[in-house]
Amino acid sequence: MSEKYLEIRNIVKVFPTPEGGEVRALDDVSLDIAAGEFFILLGPSGCGKTTLLRSIAGLEYPDSGEIILLGDRIDDKPPYERPVNTVFQSYALFPHMTVGENIAFGLEMEKIEKDVVAKRVTEALEQVKLSGYENRLPSQLSGGQQQRVALARALAKKPKVLLLDEPLSALDLKLRRGMQVELKRLQRETGITFVFVTHDQEEAMSMGDRIAVFSQGKIVQLDTPVNVYRRPINAYVADFIGETNLIEGTVVSGGISLPGGSVLPTSELAEDSFLPVSGQVTVAIRPEDLVLASDGLISGTVRDVIFTGDSVRVYVTVGDIEVIASLASYGTQIPAQGTSVKLNPEHRAARTVAS
Amino acid sequence: MTAATAAPKSGSKSKSRRARPGQASPKLAYLPIIFLAFAIGIPLLIIVVYSFLEKPSQGTGVKWVFTTENYKALFIQQKLDGTTSLDTRYIKVLWTSFTYSLITTVVTLILSIPVAMWIATRDARKRTLLVALVTLPFWISILIRTYGMRQIIADEGPIGDFLGLFNIEWSILYSPPATILGLIYVFLPFMILPIYASAERFDFRLAEAAYDLGAKKLTVVRKIVLPAIRPGVISGIALVFIPALGSFLQSDMLGGGKTNMVANIIANNFGQARNWPFGSALAVLLIVLTLLFVLIIQGISQRRGDKVELV
Repeated sequence: MSEKYLEIRNIVKVFPTPEGGEVRALDDVSLDIAAGEFFILLGPSGCGKTTLLRSIAGLEYPDSGEIILLGDRIDDKPPYERPVNTVFQSYALFPHMTVGENIAFGLEMEKIEKDVVAKRVTEALEQVKLSGYENRLPSQLSGGQQQRVALARALAKKPKVLLLDEPLSALDLKLRRGMQVELKRLQRETGITFVFVTHDQEEAMSMGDRIAVFSQGKIVQLDTPVNVYRRPINAYVADFIGETNLIEGTVVSGGISLPGGSVLPTSELAEDSFLPVSGQVTVAIRPEDLVLASDGLISGTVRDVIFTGDSVRVYVTVGDIEVIASLASYGTQIPAQGTSVKLNPEHRAARTVAS
Repeated sequence: MTAATAAPKSGSKSKSRRARPGQASPKLAYLPIIFLAFAIGIPLLIIVVYSFLEKPSQGTGVKWVFTTENYKALFIQQKLDGTTSLDTRYIKVLWTSFTYSLITTVVTLILSIPVAMWIATRDARKRTLLVALVTLPFWISILIRTYGMRQIIADEGPIGDFLGLFNIEWSILYSPPATILGLIYVFLPFMILPIYASAERFDFRLAEAAYDLGAKKLTVVRKIVLPAIRPGVISGIALVFIPALGSFLQSDMLGGGKTNMVANIIANNFGQARNWPFGSALAVLLIVLTLLFVLIIQGISQRRGDKVELV
């Protein structure tokens, strides 16, 4: 990152719980977001990602810490004085206003001339491919169309940062995939910095330039999608991003002893895997990195075989744990249920992770 | 009837007659409808018929002779020498009733919106309690409440005593302000409740969205909150203005009968004045004016596309 665009400095936000306790929704969170970046805040519900987004928007005020946008401290400003806009999960379209009036609302607040407002409304609707829908009411639109209007309404303001709070979670899978591509395109075309909150790791990986993985109010890992997937910092990230077999092993000379007794040689581990001198260690292997092999290190019994179209998922019972292997559905011998199989991780695909 | 084939066949009953779950039989509505038709329709019919009849030369009741004199008497005065002139007395009374009701409506509206919004933003348990508190006055008879109000605002009442300490003269009872105060007091819950019902349904995330788009607090209230609670406001206006127009207890007990509202005159004609036909004509005029007002409100709400049904 050459230039600091949006800086989040040591943000803390504590909420009281109904039981009288308190939750640290954001626990000393710091991060920098670059200009024009598509930045993802990823985590399960209640991890603090939405609180951070709302703090940037000004809908929530952090207890301590600073939010700096282009050198300006904005964390104590009211939302209407911040050059950021939000696309809400519920869309929050004004039901008594037409699509055009909804989009114009934010522009009218800036005291922009009427004909300029009209031009920018038309422009925004073109951007989201809803030209000609100006006079519809939100209730006359489908969920996907409402989503686009919410997007157009925020984009029309030409914000310095566009905040998106799980905007696609209410859409069905096909529509969601389509919108993901479109959001990516919009972000490229407008060059606006996007901060996108989601709990969907697939969505995060397919859209983000960088991903911040949250857990319990803290950032666990901040990296590119490839690195978050391929080089998870710990078992939590490995398990949350995609699917992972987490296998407990013991460090022995030359490798890791896996359940069943066979030893995974150190030379087969990913290069940057750490290896303690002794003791227990967790090995993470992606299901798609497991292949059938006659000399496989992991041997077990096939409990279930599930055909998913592009792959076949094989659930293998290995001692008292279960390992999932995702095999290509074409050109592979598919093991039958109840048979014994041997599996091997691909070369340098297995890695040790901190638990 | 494809839907019925899936249901178990009970044999004797015809399929099309079978009530679906949650669907009430129209028969249940017959009795209340008949009751309402009698309880509202017949008195109304009697009033209309009486208003076109003559007053008997002595005693109460009506003389079965058709006349339109009662309506003429509302506006025209006949002098002993036979000449006629415009009689503005009843128009003035109607105007008084109208202004009192209007002031009551405006004041209750201004008081109710913040209260309703405040209740709507409390958590569910507090909301239930607060709504119960708003309806608390309904537990006590309006007569007793108005009497209580008279004690409070009396010259020697608690307010008068308190102000007396500072040598401020307090004399409001038996004056128009006392009547209006009584009306506001009685009708306030009727304004708060429908506005609250609308406010409770308001999605406060819309207010957040408006802030986010650059609107300040007052703009959010004016452009987002008020349009959302408009159906409640219109219901509230109707529920306060219409009954206020026909109320007589407050002007009788608090206004001291000095400034009459139209309902006082109607009551008087059926009572002491013993002029049932004229009282009926005045009542019909009030009903017509009220109906006119209802139609205007409904016209406004329909044009706005609000879901408010009054007639």
